[in-house]
Amino acid sequence: MNLLNVSNLVKRYGGLLATDHFNMTVDIGETHAIIGPNGAGKSTLIGQLSGELRSNEGSIIFDGKDITREKNYRRARMGLARSYQITSLFNEFSALQNVMLAAQAQAGHCFRFWEPMMDSRPLRERAKYVLDLVGLGSRLHACVAEMAHGEHRQLELAMALVSEPRLLLLDEPMAGMSQGESEQMMALLANLKGSYAMVLVEHDMHAVFSLADRITVLVYGKPIACDSAAAIRSNAEVRAAYLGDDN
Amino acid sequence: MKPSPRMYFASLVLVLLGLVPIYAAYLGEPFYLTLFGRMLIFAIAASSLNLILGYGGMVSFGHALYFGIGSYVVGILASHGLLNGWMHLTATVACCAIVAVLTGLVALRTNGIAFIMITLAFSQMFYFLFVSLKQYGGDDGLSIGGRSNFGSVDFNNGTVFYYVCYVTLLAVMFAGFRLVHARFGMVLRGSRSNGRRMLALGFPTLRYRLTAYVLSAMTCGVAGMLYANLTLFSSPSYLSWTMSGDLIVMVVLGGVASLMGPVLGAISLSLLEEALKAYSEHWMMILGLLIVGIVLLTKRGIYGFIQDWEQFGAASSSLSGSAVTSAKYDKQGEAQ
Amino acid sequence: MSFSLLFVQGLNGLQFGILLFLMAAGLTLVFGIMNFVNLAHGSLYMMGAFIAASLYNFTGSFWLAAIGMLPAMLLLGLAIEYVALRRLYDRDHLDQVLATFGLILFFNELARTIWGPTPYYMQVPDALSDTVDLFGIPYPAYRFVIILVGLLIAAACYVLIHRTRVGMLIRAGSSNRLMVGALGVNIKLLNSLIFALGAALAGIAGLMAGPIMSVQPGMGEPVLILTMLVIVVGGVGSIRGAFLSAIIIGMVDTFGRTALPLILRQYLERNTANAAGPALASMSIYLLMAAVLALRPQGLFPVKNG
Repeated sequence: MNLLNVSNLVKRYGGLLATDHFNMTVDIGETHAIIGPNGAGKSTLIGQLSGELRSNEGSIIFDGKDITREKNYRRARMGLARSYQITSLFNEFSALQNVMLAAQAQAGHCFRFWEPMMDSRPLRERAKYVLDLVGLGSRLHACVAEMAHGEHRQLELAMALVSEPRLLLLDEPMAGMSQGESEQMMALLANLKGSYAMVLVEHDMHAVFSLADRITVLVYGKPIACDSAAAIRSNAEVRAAYLGDDN
Repeated sequence: MKPSPRMYFASLVLVLLGLVPIYAAYLGEPFYLTLFGRMLIFAIAASSLNLILGYGGMVSFGHALYFGIGSYVVGILASHGLLNGWMHLTATVACCAIVAVLTGLVALRTNGIAFIMITLAFSQMFYFLFVSLKQYGGDDGLSIGGRSNFGSVDFNNGTVFYYVCYVTLLAVMFAGFRLVHARFGMVLRGSRSNGRRMLALGFPTLRYRLTAYVLSAMTCGVAGMLYANLTLFSSPSYLSWTMSGDLIVMVVLGGVASLMGPVLGAISLSLLEEALKAYSEHWMMILGLLIVGIVLLTKRGIYGFIQDWEQFGAASSSLSGSAVTSAKYDKQGEAQ
Repeated sequence: MSFSLLFVQGLNGLQFGILLFLMAAGLTLVFGIMNFVNLAHGSLYMMGAFIAASLYNFTGSFWLAAIGMLPAMLLLGLAIEYVALRRLYDRDHLDQVLATFGLILFFNELARTIWGPTPYYMQVPDALSDTVDLFGIPYPAYRFVIILVGLLIAAACYVLIHRTRVGMLIRAGSSNRLMVGALGVNIKLLNSLIFALGAALAGIAGLMAGPIMSVQPGMGEPVLILTMLVIVVGGVGSIRGAFLSAIIIGMVDTFGRTALPLILRQYLERNTANAAGPALASMSIYLLMAAVLALRPQGLFPVKNG
């Protein structure tokens, strides 16, 4: 059974068809990349999968359950975590506080009014573990406002990871990163590969072809191809639409 | 934790406030109990607003509503001969909670400018309601025959009443301190910082903000109840938009999202108003301009100003307040 | 309830709604496009009324007062914007609330200082002091003119917003502020324009309301609160929403005050009706707001954000 089954997803903005009958399946442990030119509707798609945006038509089945009408905070509790293309963190908190806050979303309810959150050993251990994993082990107490862009992207990923998700929706995790930073992120994602199912939206083709099991190509909101990485690489239509012929 | 200049200043102010009755008795001027008692009560009200405004980012321009409800509960019950303090307290908290839940459910589904306007509208609605209640004074207000009866704690004794207000303020501040660092408080602060991300992380933020709103309302109601006891009067003006505006000024003047801020703000605004009134009959013009000036020139109010000054002087790396707390907490955790 | 009474109250409701629309049109643009909470809008209304009243009493001519008031209000609006408010566009709503709250205090006291605390008398112009005949029912000419002028201005607003380039920029700015700036439009100029327009409309509202409502310090805030009600019910940023919502609220408020006590007296015991009547009447529009928002939190005509 697929972990994620998206069928006939449609999203309209007035007269504009942002998502045009999109289909996709993701298996457990699979890394499924989505590529396509700018304006293809990749972020809109991630928004619909995470629940921030309402689709007009179609269905999204996650782990056997129909989540098409579920709000995004419910999907997060069900194991669907996302990271943002444009960093979206808690700027006045430290890295550790950010991740601990993210962690406590999964710890039942938070109607606790007395014990300081920072005193919670399980939250802290979990957060430190994840921050170590993404390479921010030495920057626990750095305030987000003072961190570098690359560190922000690492923290973005940590926020998604800490909830022990079943499926990660990663919206351009390497956006704006330098060569060195990108390679670090790639190594990190390679590490996570297999343990988590991932939907990876990326422009960095080097990363996509080395990480993805399958690739779906999106053009003007419509999926024009879905195949293994090697097959997509040599697909003529895809090359014409996106990859270019000098590869 | 090594005490900072900020903490020294805060402690000093609180200690001085605690010594007011002694000073008043020494001078034989019970007036000071009223003057500073008033400041304490407004400090409680401003602190309650600070929870949702400073920490929660919900700019409510209608918080005077709960202040007024608290005062009218006392007034109305007293006018029917019911002077039992515990009844007053229970009724105040209950009424404020009910109104807060009902108005909060409508208002909190909006945000930004709409939220400001809706909270204002609701407080206006109740303002007109109380104005139209002729049997309870209407526009002229309602005189209250006697103070709430709490048995052995005699509200009629000025000094006792002052210390009740003082202890209530300290309790509210301490409860606030625990709350904003607890899980609930972190969710609230996260919602202010990045509401969208909180939802994406799995927090149903509406119920947390509503809870904070209700807690804030109940606390403000208690302040209103104390105020009715202090002035022995209840009036629709306690619910006016100017009162709501004054509460916001107190919170911002003192410094949002700090526990001492509202207290400093309440004291500052009261003293400022007294000083300006003595100086000119057109004191409102000056106050208005001062408020505009303060907003244009400062970023975080008096308390924030002190905090900036203190960090500017700090030799070590420029960690912001929260990150410093993070490091300190972590060190404590590791020491266990 | 006779038909003529119904008719007259209906027109009164319409007239009140028109005044609210004039206030709401400018303010909803400021809220929606500039994302700026301007609580001092009521002060502009008040200043418009005072300036017009002063000019009227000075020159004896209503038309001169109207003509003189407009540029004065435009100047005042631009001055306030330039000196105080311009710096606040990028700040928190909280800072904007505070600063404009300070301006309210300032202007109320300023008016009290210049014109005194008691209501300033402004006469209905002689030419309009009679009644007009509408379907055989007499209705005050002045109020009728308010309705006509208001509808004219509403039409002009419609043309401006939906048929001109500036209007297109305003509408675009309403749903995506940053994009308009990114397209190279002079945002500062657009902002000043919107603010000045709002000030002018508020001034006109003040001018027209002068003879029928009392001109006094603090007159702006009750109207401001009603205006904000209109905007919230209509949808922040939507002129169309402001228009419909203003008419609805004007009607509900007017009928609430006149009809509700009568209806209650029919069904309830006298004392209860006399007590509940005025209370419910003044609360009626707030209850309406709560009902609308419970069903549609974004208002009746929300501007879709891009």
